[in-house]
Amino acid sequence: MANRKLGRGVAIVGAGMSKFGAFPDKTTRDLFVDAFREMRASVDKGFDPKAIEAIYIGNYSSDLFEGQGHTAPLMASWVGLAPRPATRVEDACASSGVALRQGILAIASGLYDIVLVGGIEKMSSLPTEKVTDTLATAGDTLYEIPAGFTFPGFYAAMATAYMARYGATPETFMRVGLKNHENGALNDKAQFGQRIADIMAARKASAAKKNQPIPAWNDEMEFLRDDRANPIIAWPMRLFDCSPISDGAAALLLVRDDLARSFTDKPLYIIGTGQASDGGLSDRSELTTVPAARLAGQQAYEMAGVKPSDIQVAEVHDCFTIAEIFATEDLGFFAPGQGWKAAEEGKTARTGARPINTSGGLKSKGHPVGASGVGQVIEIWKQLCGVAGARQLPGNINLGLTHNVGGTGQTCVVHIFERR
Amino acid sequence: MSENEFTSTAYNKFLNEHKLMGTRCRADGRVYLPPRPIAPDTQSQEMEWIELSGRGKLAAFTIIYIAPSAMIAAGYDRKNPYCVGVVELAEGSKVSAQILGVDVLHPEQIKIGMPLKAKFVERGEGEAKKTFLAFEPA
Repeated sequence: MANRKLGRGVAIVGAGMSKFGAFPDKTTRDLFVDAFREMRASVDKGFDPKAIEAIYIGNYSSDLFEGQGHTAPLMASWVGLAPRPATRVEDACASSGVALRQGILAIASGLYDIVLVGGIEKMSSLPTEKVTDTLATAGDTLYEIPAGFTFPGFYAAMATAYMARYGATPETFMRVGLKNHENGALNDKAQFGQRIADIMAARKASAAKKNQPIPAWNDEMEFLRDDRANPIIAWPMRLFDCSPISDGAAALLLVRDDLARSFTDKPLYIIGTGQASDGGLSDRSELTTVPAARLAGQQAYEMAGVKPSDIQVAEVHDCFTIAEIFATEDLGFFAPGQGWKAAEEGKTARTGARPINTSGGLKSKGHPVGASGVGQVIEIWKQLCGVAGARQLPGNINLGLTHNVGGTGQTCVVHIFERR
Repeated sequence: MSENEFTSTAYNKFLNEHKLMGTRCRADGRVYLPPRPIAPDTQSQEMEWIELSGRGKLAAFTIIYIAPSAMIAAGYDRKNPYCVGVVELAEGSKVSAQILGVDVLHPEQIKIGMPLKAKFVERGEGEAKKTFLAFEPA
């Protein structure tokens, strides 16, 4: 495909998110109001919300999770924006990454100048078994799910193919989770914002308090290898390899690029967008890569005119730890088969040469599936604006990327952001 | 059923007869399982049914401890985990299926590339009885 450009430039001038977690007393609309309020407050020169012309909401399955369909107009109404057009976008866990792309295209087309993009999901009201079933509907329910696959199972299968081909071990994946919890511990919006060491200490203290034998883990890896502390979900994926069941919402304000500085002194320009689709896992010629991610990445790099090595910070779709390793290869940060070594060597740590998921990623921050794509952009916004607090990367951070996957890679959407 | 109806209903009817059926593109001979009505490679709609050998090798697998409702109903859970995988068939296409006859408690001994053969598993009673595709070591 020839190099495509947007018809008009688009910038992000406001960003906000709810806390991610399990909130029995909140529904998606409450969480979206939290995100919308924070987004409004983030527009430092202020703006009139009535200037918003259209709304795009990413939402995977409120129908099954909450018994509530038709969520986009509901969200629009709840933040006082009806009768503006409100559109729900569903591409499984990539729903709000794709909603962002729809918002970008709407401005680039010339139809609108100011657009609200959101992502919402409320997963915690169902029991785990029903959550597993609901997530499974993002796979092929005729040919994959009846075989017995679950979502952790799909990614675990990709992990066994990767281990056999390249030599990674289950401990490689544990190190990805460890790293993401280190980052998430510095993020006050994270659902599981504790380091693994802190989780171990808390469990030891709890055992002591109950006069139970105190577990004898000497370090984090011993804890992560312990079948009781870190049970297998789908071998080789264990509990601490899996993103949690989460509730949350996130919101972005998009404007035509030449309006951006009337909203804020720190706009984020969207310089690349790419999206691709694919069949189910067994439809792919190779199982150690996500082809849609490679394609979406190539499109975004080409539009932006940048190379993988130019990207200073990336939020990638670590729904499972193996997925982060795939992402770092599919996006060209490391050669095929080298991503696991880079993870083990600490290159993807906050202090490494290639920081990945400084927010804590989906693993630690939480994965309210339809909100995750926009949630990733919030971190890039913070890092590029220099407001990421204790997890702020040093130096002049001007170029960031988000990588949002739906299902096992039936959808992938990649965006590249620049601060000028 | 019309010969040209390349649907999941037709595929499952064949499975009930213990036949593993895919479709073959008349334009380039490529075989598809699940059966496809339109060939992704050629956009050809000239497809035909083909019975597959059921021979293949293991391309990817996992041992499921947290099972979906349907597998819980079939008797699987954390104490009775099962293996599911992606099988690359001799004819070239891949398919998802349960893998039987492997030691689920020692997954490190299950080898990617191991030869497999199809096995037809019946689940349910009476009207609800259904045949599932599985594989076991060849």
